Amino acid sequence: MENDRQYSGRKYVLGGIAVVIILVYLLRLFTLQLTSDDFKRSADSNAFLKRIQFPARGAIRDREGKLLVYNQPAYDIMVVISEMVNVDTLDLCQSLGINKDWFDRRMVEIMDRSRNPGYSKYTQQLFMSQLSAEEFSSFQEKLFRFPGFYIQKRNIRQYAYPNAAHVLGDVGEVSPSDIEADDYYQSGDYIGKQGVERSYERQLRGEKGVEILLRDARGRIKGNYQDGKFDRQPVPGKNLTLSLDLELQQLGERLMQHKLGSIVAIEPSTGEILCLVSSPTYDPRLMVGRQRGKNHQMLNADPHLPLLNRAINGTYPPGSTFKTSQALTFLEEGIITPQTAYPCSHGFHYHGMKVGCHGHGSPLPLIPAIGTSCNGYFCWGLYHMLSNRKRYDNIQEAMTTWKDYMVSMGFGYQLGVDLPGEKRGMIPNADFYDKHLGRTWSPLSVISISIGQGEVTLTPLQIANLGATIANRGYYITPHIVKEVQGEPLDTTYSTKHYTKVSRRNYEYVVEGMRRAVTGGTCRTANNPWYEVCGKTGTAQNRGHDHSVFMGFAPKDNPQIAVAVYVENGGWGATFGVPIGALIMEKFINGHLSAASEARAESIEKKVIFYGSTKR
Amino acid sequence: MVAPNDKGKGLLASLDWFTIVIYVALLGLGWMSVCGASYEFDQGLNFFDFGTRSGMQIVWIVTSFLLGLLILSIDERFFDSFSYIIYLGLIVLLAATPYIAHSIKGSLSWIKVGPFSIQPAEFAKFATALCVAKYMSHNDYNISRWFNFVVTCLLFLLPMVLIVMQRETGSALVYSAFFLMLYREGMPGSVLFAGVSAVLFFVVGVRFDDVPFWGIQPISSGRFWVMFLILVFVLGLLRVYTRRLAPFLLILFYGIGLTLAALFFSKYVLPFDITWIQLAILLFTSAYLIWLAVKYRSSRYVYIALFALGGLTLHYSANYVLDNVMEPHQQTRIRVLLGMEDDPRGAGYNVIQAKIAIGSGGLRGKGFLNGTQTKLKYVPEQDTDFIFCTVGEEEGFLGCAIVLGLFLALILRLIHLAERQPYAFGRIYGYSVMSIFLFHVFINVGMVLGLTPVIGIPLPFFSYGGSSLWGFTILLFIFLRMDAGRNRFTHK
Repeated sequence: MENDRQYSGRKYVLGGIAVVIILVYLLRLFTLQLTSDDFKRSADSNAFLKRIQFPARGAIRDREGKLLVYNQPAYDIMVVISEMVNVDTLDLCQSLGINKDWFDRRMVEIMDRSRNPGYSKYTQQLFMSQLSAEEFSSFQEKLFRFPGFYIQKRNIRQYAYPNAAHVLGDVGEVSPSDIEADDYYQSGDYIGKQGVERSYERQLRGEKGVEILLRDARGRIKGNYQDGKFDRQPVPGKNLTLSLDLELQQLGERLMQHKLGSIVAIEPSTGEILCLVSSPTYDPRLMVGRQRGKNHQMLNADPHLPLLNRAINGTYPPGSTFKTSQALTFLEEGIITPQTAYPCSHGFHYHGMKVGCHGHGSPLPLIPAIGTSCNGYFCWGLYHMLSNRKRYDNIQEAMTTWKDYMVSMGFGYQLGVDLPGEKRGMIPNADFYDKHLGRTWSPLSVISISIGQGEVTLTPLQIANLGATIANRGYYITPHIVKEVQGEPLDTTYSTKHYTKVSRRNYEYVVEGMRRAVTGGTCRTANNPWYEVCGKTGTAQNRGHDHSVFMGFAPKDNPQIAVAVYVENGGWGATFGVPIGALIMEKFINGHLSAASEARAESIEKKVIFYGSTKR
Repeated sequence: MVAPNDKGKGLLASLDWFTIVIYVALLGLGWMSVCGASYEFDQGLNFFDFGTRSGMQIVWIVTSFLLGLLILSIDERFFDSFSYIIYLGLIVLLAATPYIAHSIKGSLSWIKVGPFSIQPAEFAKFATALCVAKYMSHNDYNISRWFNFVVTCLLFLLPMVLIVMQRETGSALVYSAFFLMLYREGMPGSVLFAGVSAVLFFVVGVRFDDVPFWGIQPISSGRFWVMFLILVFVLGLLRVYTRRLAPFLLILFYGIGLTLAALFFSKYVLPFDITWIQLAILLFTSAYLIWLAVKYRSSRYVYIALFALGGLTLHYSANYVLDNVMEPHQQTRIRVLLGMEDDPRGAGYNVIQAKIAIGSGGLRGKGFLNGTQTKLKYVPEQDTDFIFCTVGEEEGFLGCAIVLGLFLALILRLIHLAERQPYAFGRIYGYSVMSIFLFHVFINVGMVLGLTPVIGIPLPFFSYGGSSLWGFTILLFIFLRMDAGRNRFTHK
C-alpha cells in the first residue's frame, strides 16, 4: 500500500505517454490528409480505370455512292507493366509469333518516356497492334496465362478497291509530335497520315468515349464508377462522299500504267475533282495492318516515288497549255486583238534570240495560232507586252501586271485543294528577275515563259484548273475532292467563284482557239462526233525527253469536264496527252467507251515509257 | 456467483457509464468501418446479411454486449478468487492450441469451435492480467525484490512464448505492455527507459540499416541514428541523474560538435562513414564517465556508461546476429515484423497503399462507403489490422481525430479508474487493461500511419473478428465490474 502512494505520481507519466502518442498521430494525420493532395491523386489513379471507347471512323464513298473505305475490327494487345508478374515471356512470344528480341526491344520502347510520353506502369500501353481475327482468337485462349496483357478491339481501315491511294491516303499510329500538337491523341491512337484521311481527320475520327471503371488491387473490374454517371459514349466519325468518280479514276490509273505522270479531271461548274491520278500508284491496302511499316519503307525506296502525289506535289513546266493564259492576258491588256497576226518563220527570231517552232502558215492571227500552237505568236505577244512603255512605265511594272494575271488564274500559289501537301508551283515576278538577272533584264531574257517554259512551273491540278477556268469562261471554284461531309455543310471556300482578271468576251476567243486545235490543229485525235471538245497540247522541254501534256474540256458549251494530262517524258502532247485526255472525257460524258476507244485505251495502257532506275 | 439483489441498484449506480458510452461509441464507429471495408461495389447494400462480414460483426457486437452484461452480473470476488485457475486454464489452452489449430496463413493460433474459429491468444490477455494482478497484490509482494520481479515477468512471458509458438509474434509482443503497469507499480523508471531504448535501438538499427543517411552513401541511417540517440540519451541521463553541469556541457560540446563537423565534412568534402567517429565519441564518453565515477565515487556515472556501452553492444550484436547467426526464415520473420518484407509488389507496398488511403481522405473524408482504396482491396487486411485506413479514407481527418480522441479518453479514464481502486488487485488489473489498450492503439494506428513496424495486431473494437472483440470486452468489463464494486467494503 505504501507503493501505491509513493508511485501514484507516475500516473501522470503514463497518461502523458498516451497523450503524446495521440498528439503525434494527429500531427501525422494532419500532414498526410491535409497538406497535400498527392495521395488523393494516387488513390484515383489506383482505382479509376479509364477505358477509352474508340469511335468508328467515318466511311468514304465516291460520287456515285460506291463504298471505297470502311472499317474492319482488329485487335490490339495492350500491356500493364505493373501487372506483369510471372509472365512466361517465351510462351508469350510463341503465342504471338514474335521473338524474344522483339519483345525485349518493345518493352524498352514502351517504358521510354521520350518515345512514349503517356507512359505509366499502371495503365494499358500498346504492346502490339492490329492482330487479325484469327490471330486474336488463338491468342485469346491463352490470355489467362499472361497477367497484365489485355486485348483491345480497334477498327482498322479496309479499302474496297486498289485505286485512288493518293486521294484516300491512310491512317497510322500517332507520332509523338501529333500527341504534342493535339491532346486528343494518346499513344497508340490512329491518325490520318495522307490524303483525305489526313485533311478530314477531324471529321472522320469522331469523338472518343470514355468509361470510368473501378478497378481493384488485382486489376479486376468492379463496375462503372457512380453507375456510369461520368461515362461518355463515343461519337462515330462522319462519313465522306468524294467528288471522285471511281470508274473514271480506274480508267485513268489504267491508262497511266508504265508511265510517270498525272491526270486531273475537274467538273468546271463546281470545282469538284472527278479523278486525280498520280502514276505510279500503289494499292492502298498495303498501308493497313502490321505490314504497313514494311510496305511503307519499300514504297519509299522505289526510285519512281510511288508515294509522291504528282497531281498536287509535282511541279512541271506547263508547256504550250500555258499559251492559253498568255492569249487571255494579252487580249485583256490590249496588247493584241483577235485579229492581230504575228509572223513565225519556224520560230521567234529577234536580236539573236531564237525560239523554234514547227512548220505552219505565217503570219497567223490568234485563233489559228492557238490551234497550231505557234511559239512565235506568244513570244511576240509577251515581247510587246513587256516592252510597251505607253501602258507600263518600265519592264518591272509590265512584269508585275503579267504576274497578277497569272495569280488570278490560280498559278503561283496553292489553289487550296482539300488534300495535304499541295505545292504552289512557280510564277516568276519582277523581283525574281531583278535578283537573278540584274536590273538590266529585257523581255528577251524571259521570253520562254510565254510558252510555258523557263521559270514557270505548275502542278497538274493547276493545269486542270486552267482548263476549268476557260471552260467557265473566266472563273474557277477551288478544286476539291470531298463533295459532302455527313451532317455538315461544305466549307464555303469550295463554292465561291474566283474570277480572273480577264473578261468573259476574251475567253470566248481562246475557247475558239482550243476548239480549232481539236478540229484542225494539234489535238485532232480528240475530235469525236458526240460532243465538241476543246483542247490544247503541250510538249514541255526539260532535261530529258519532252513531257507530253494535254489540257482540255468538253463539251464546248455547258462543259461537264475539264482535264489535264501530264505524261513525263511522253514526247509530243499528241502522243499521250491528247488520247488519254480524250478517253477520260469520253468515259465521263458518255458513261462508257466506244469499241474503238476501248481498243485505243488498251493500246495506251500497254505502252511503256522506260525511265531507268535512277532516283527522280 | 450472481450478485445479490440488494446490490443490483448499487451496481448500476456505481458503474462507470462514461467508459461504457465510449465503449458503445467505439463499437458503433467500428461497425461502420467494417461495413466500409468489407463492402463490395459490385454487390448491393447487405450490411445485415450474416453472410457478410458487416453482418457477422453485428453478431459479435450483440454477443459482446451480452458477455458484458454477464460479467457485470458476476460477483467481483470471483475474479480475485479464480484468477490463478483462469490463468492456468488458458495457459493449458494456449499450449495445446498449436496442436489442435487449423493453419490460417501460416498461423497456428485458431481453433475451431463448432462453426466458429476462436483465437485463444485474445482471451489470454485478461487471464494473464488477472493472474499478475493477483500475484502482485499479495501482502508480502515487493517489486524491488528480484524474486518477485522475475516471477511477475515470467507470468506474462509464459503466454508470450506460447503465442510465439503459434506463429503470432505480433500478438505475443502485446504482453510487453505489462511493463507500463510494472512502472506504475514501482519498477524503476530506468528499467522502462532501458527497455524502450533497447527496442528503439533495435528497430531503428535494423530497419534503416540499408538506407544511406542524408544521401551520403557510406553512412547507414540506422547506425547513425542509433549512435546519435545513445549520445542524446546519455546527455539526458546526465542531466536527470547527476548534478554536476561540467561533464554534461563537455560531452554536449565535443560529442555533438564533432559529430556535426564530421557529418558536414562527409557531406561536402569527402564522403566517409562517420559512424566510426560516433563510435569513438561514445567510447571516449564511456571511459570519461567511468573516470568520473572513480573520481567522485558515484555509481550513477557507471550506470550511464553501461547504458551507452550496452546500447552499442545491442546495436552491433543485433545486426550481427540478424545477418550471420539467424537462419534465413528467422531473418525473414524479423524483417516482416519490421515491415521490411512481406510486400509482394515491391518495397513498402502495404504501407504505401495504407498511406494513400488515409491521405486521400482529406478533412472530411470521401463519405461512408465511398472509399476506393479500401473497397477495391488496395489496402491489405483492410477490415482487420488495417481498418484504420477505412476511417481515414471515408471519414477524413475529423473522423480520425474523433476516433483517436475516444481512445485517448478511454485510456485516461482507465488510469483514473485504476487509481481510485481501494485495493492493489483492482489497480494493477486496471493498469494492465489500460496498458494493453494503449499498446494496441499505439502499434496498430502507428503501423497504418507508417510510424511503427507492421505488427499485425487488431485495433480494439474496430478490427473485424469475434475473438478480439470478445477478448477486449471481457478485459474491459471485468475491470468495470471491479470498479463498480469499489465502495462495497469501504462503505460496509
